[in-house]
Amino acid sequence: MFSLRFLKIWVGGAILSLLVVCGVAAPLLAPRDPQAQTLEDRLRPPRWLENGSPAYSLGTDNLGRDMLSRIIYGSRISLMVGVATVLFAGLVGCTLGAVAGYFGSTADEIVSKISEIFLAFPFLLIAIAIMAFLGQGVGNLIMALMLSRWVQYCRVVRGEVLSLKERDFVSAAKALGGRDFYVLYRHVVPNTFASVTVIATFGMAIVIITEASLSFLGLGVPAHIPTWGSMLSEGRSYINRAPWLTIFPGLAIFITVFGINLLGDGLRDIFDPKLRRQR
Amino acid sequence: MNRLIRRTVGAIPVIIGISFLIFLLLHLAPGDPVTLMLGDNATPQDVENLRRELRLDQPILVQYGDFISRAVRGDFGKSLKFNEPVMKLVAERLPATLELAFASLLVAIMIAVPLGVYSAVKHNSLLDHAGMSIALIGVSLPNFWLGIMLIYFLGGQLNLLPVAGRIEYGIEIKSITGLYLLDSLLTGNLAAFWSAFQHLLMPAVTLGSALAAIVTRISRSSVLEVMRQDYVVTARAKGLNERTVIWRHILRNALITIVTILGLQLGALLSGSVVTETVFSYPGIGDLLIQSISARDYKLTQVLILMFAVTYFVVNLLIDILYSWIDPRIKF
Repeated sequence: MFSLRFLKIWVGGAILSLLVVCGVAAPLLAPRDPQAQTLEDRLRPPRWLENGSPAYSLGTDNLGRDMLSRIIYGSRISLMVGVATVLFAGLVGCTLGAVAGYFGSTADEIVSKISEIFLAFPFLLIAIAIMAFLGQGVGNLIMALMLSRWVQYCRVVRGEVLSLKERDFVSAAKALGGRDFYVLYRHVVPNTFASVTVIATFGMAIVIITEASLSFLGLGVPAHIPTWGSMLSEGRSYINRAPWLTIFPGLAIFITVFGINLLGDGLRDIFDPKLRRQR
Repeated sequence: MNRLIRRTVGAIPVIIGISFLIFLLLHLAPGDPVTLMLGDNATPQDVENLRRELRLDQPILVQYGDFISRAVRGDFGKSLKFNEPVMKLVAERLPATLELAFASLLVAIMIAVPLGVYSAVKHNSLLDHAGMSIALIGVSLPNFWLGIMLIYFLGGQLNLLPVAGRIEYGIEIKSITGLYLLDSLLTGNLAAFWSAFQHLLMPAVTLGSALAAIVTRISRSSVLEVMRQDYVVTARAKGLNERTVIWRHILRNALITIVTILGLQLGALLSGSVVTETVFSYPGIGDLLIQSISARDYKLTQVLILMFAVTYFVVNLLIDILYSWIDPRIKF
């Protein structure tokens, strides 16, 4: 079982690394400009199908744009939005959770009430609501996703800090004269990193699917930026004539999210001793 | 009963908080919402009239008080896009979303609970690993993509199922509850039942699949946890057959966790319906929400989001009540 756990981490990590490489090195990897239109080559199927051209490995869309290049460039948005959201939501959620859990009383009450309100919304709905009123844009998208995700980190960190602050090593640090904020950030918060890593990994998978859903609904980034969700939405009208327009972007989302979930599963198996007993 | 009242009363500040946040969204919109709603061709008089109609010329707290007092009376004003009372539009479309949500829930339970229980009972077997791999794939599948693929294969290539709408054009159905499957059964209209069933199948599978994946994993771990309890060992020791042990002693106790997760996931189901309804042009609240957003009908958007949030909240309250039925040790 131990080796299987590591297999999950290796495979998941490899898929995530591939996403990072695609996103960072998109201009080097993409065979063409993702926006370049070649109208005489529009709706060309992938190279291995009849009428396919070796110049367009995954075919072209309704404006003659290269699908492979668009998918490679599309990974940039998924990666950027995923990482930025996880970082910002993690930072806000962990800070509020740690403060609420450690100091308790009024701080805890305020944070708990605010998180209760956010928890009363399904997170996709929060993101839809914010995007509906703020309009399309990468910054707005990251903010909408961050506002819908911070509460997960907050709850978990608060719960962990509540139990950690009663432990002997925290009392020892205080007895040695450590100030509250020092003890919190030097001794308590680092002990929540294992759980936070697991939530962040699963969170990134959720954020990537949510970003794709919002782009699919026309509520994500502006239409001229290629994203997997908007490619799916545009390709939908050609589903019977050119199914590759929807199959490949969908597969890209699926493989990425599957890889990240696999990595999250592997990390959880290692970090969660309760789960280890269950196996 | 006391706890139930406490829980309901405790919900009031949260609902007020939700309504205030949703109310604030309109004011967060960049630019003037009235100009955005009316477009570039509106005259200053039109803008002024709409501003007065929406009471945007009043101070923000007065506007909020007005919004709440109207909401309590069920008066949400008129939709700009459809030029009809918002409540009428919601009442027309809500049954479609509820029917879809129930059907998806049913699909999820039917797949997930047996698969999860079986995986746990045979845990670490090949079937267990296969079941968990399927669940992982299910969690990772974007449901709108699954919907489009079902439309392509089952609707387009195999021509087995209709790809859009709620019922075949031309089939009349007498509305009693607004739930087509139920209404057609109540009126004995089998043609309508079959058509509504066919139209519901793909959207329900699309929406239910992600939930099924999550519930499978939870059912498995919950059953595994219960299987280690002393009372299960006792049940086996007194010679009960395995089926009775699983159904009466294990599953009944594992249900608490499963129902909790189902309740928590209902929110995802409701918001997921926005995407699924768009994919299948299914005329529910989610589809209406996207139409209202693209038409910049902020008033309707505000009310629909509020409705989603309140429905989610009420459902969670109902789940709490359901606990006492599943586990008589929990008293309200």
